[in-house]
Amino acid sequence: MSYSNVKIKVNGKVIEKEIESRWLLSDFLRDKLGLTGTHVGCEHGVCGACTVLLNGEPVRSCLMLAVQADGLEVETVESLAEEDGTFHPIQQAFANNHALQCGFCTPGFLMSVKNFMETHPDLPTDDEIREAISGNLCRCTGYSNIIKAVKEAYVLKC
Amino acid sequence: MKPPKFSYLRPNNLREALDMLAEYGEDAKIMSGGQSLIPLLNMRLSTPGYIIDIGRVAELKGIREEEDALVIGGMTRHVDVEKSALVQEKCPLLTEGIRWVGHNQIRSRGTIGGSIAHADPSAELPCMLTALRGEIVVVSSEEEMTLSPEEFFLSYLLTTLEPNQLIKEIRFPKIKQGSGFAFEEVARRHGDFALVEVASVIELNHNGTIVDAKIALGGANSVPFIPEATEEFLIGKKPNDSILKEAAVLQLDELDPEGDIHGSKEYRRYLTGVLLERALNKAIERAWGGVIV
Ligand SMILES: Cc1cc2nc3c(=O)[nH]c(=O)nc-3n(C[C@H](O)[C@H](O)[C@H](O)COP(=O)(O)OP(=O)(O)OC[C@H]3O[C@@H](n4cnc5c(N)ncnc54)[C@H](O)[C@@H]3O)c2cc1C
Ligand code: FES
Ligand code: FES
Repeated sequence: MSYSNVKIKVNGKVIEKEIESRWLLSDFLRDKLGLTGTHVGCEHGVCGACTVLLNGEPVRSCLMLAVQADGLEVETVESLAEEDGTFHPIQQAFANNHALQCGFCTPGFLMSVKNFMETHPDLPTDDEIREAISGNLCRCTGYSNIIKAVKEAYVLKC
Repeated sequence: MKPPKFSYLRPNNLREALDMLAEYGEDAKIMSGGQSLIPLLNMRLSTPGYIIDIGRVAELKGIREEEDALVIGGMTRHVDVEKSALVQEKCPLLTEGIRWVGHNQIRSRGTIGGSIAHADPSAELPCMLTALRGEIVVVSSEEEMTLSPEEFFLSYLLTTLEPNQLIKEIRFPKIKQGSGFAFEEVARRHGDFALVEVASVIELNHNGTIVDAKIALGGANSVPFIPEATEEFLIGKKPNDSILKEAAVLQLDELDPEGDIHGSKEYRRYLTGVLLERALNKAIERAWGGVIV
């Protein structure tokens, strides 16, 4: 069996641990750090539920070994709300627009949208939003309310 | 679905990586972006004893310009190619096509070396590389060699790579002034693999005659297909609608796509003709403009 020492900054906190090399980042976050907000659906890169930010960029945490994040910074959905529970503007916009039902896909959407808003500061078109969320599947809500929510998030942010 | 047990190796430079490959190659898998390999591990379709993670090998990353080609390191991520101003200026076909590779969450990890080594016939990079007549630079601890796509791609997911070799870099010829390019694809959803795809580069002379035509068709055969007779047919002609229509269907019967729930064999073959006509039109229009944007 192969183990590796890793030092990963997760939601602002540095974690140093010896871990099994074959652990996926998604499992490391959920099972070892208790950050169960990152959801695991398909485990082969298709559904997007496990999307987190790695050094600010969106990645599939089910398609990465935790050891690959050694020395890097990870942000999960738990990083969004303030400590007192105040929602991040994207979360508030999703709530306002009924952009979720069961919520299984939501953490992945929120993280994809966070990066999208950071890299596209001007109000995007519907088509740009559609492309940005094309890597996230939602099986209950459909995408219209999610697109509305993204637009409102731009308004709430400023 | 979890990866099986393996020993994890992370070389710091190319020399270390090649030494590890020489020692463990038979029982090892190189991992670059992991976007194709980790699903295979998760499903236990691949159970290597060693994973050699080349993610931190700096010599394998980056984009540089040579006289007639852009040379892109195997470990360069799709997103870095997509955002590169140099690529946009010198080889905009790549900028146009690479946006079709998966979703941005995949392009932020996946690499061009990984795409070429994985050799999926529906992948965009092998098709673009074949259309451009680019080259693949392969290296082992003993030797380095440069291969054409036709030499390198053998069949569906199969290449000439030996267990001790890795893809060091890929040479993408620049698009010449007076040429136009186009990449066309149909996929079920943006980011999915292509049903079929076409990449083409057309060069016109000053009176509008085609002096060079380079085409590759992807997703239809087990490796990207160069329709040579079609290219020859186009060279020396002044393009018009009927010539392009004729060219687009000239070699469709040489395509042997597999049918599945997303489209039958016949549909894919027909679609390739439609996309080829579209790509030729667009490439010629851009060549006329004299600007390659
Ligand atoms: C949901 C999803 C959708 C996708 N859609 C598309 C798509 O539309 N189009 C597309 O083209 N791709 C698509 N992909 C695949 C993706 O583009 C990968 O980036 C690519 O196929 C492999 O690159 P990688 O760097 O991740 O390679 P890895 O997964 O790390 O490796 C792939 C294979 O190549 C070998 N390898 C890697 N690097 C080297 C090297 N330098 N030298 C020798 N061998 C090497 C590995 O050993 C392995 O066998 C998709 C993937 C997912 C998960
Ligand atoms: S669980 Fe990672 S993409 Fe589906
Ligand atoms: S809200 Fe249920 S899957 Fe999206």
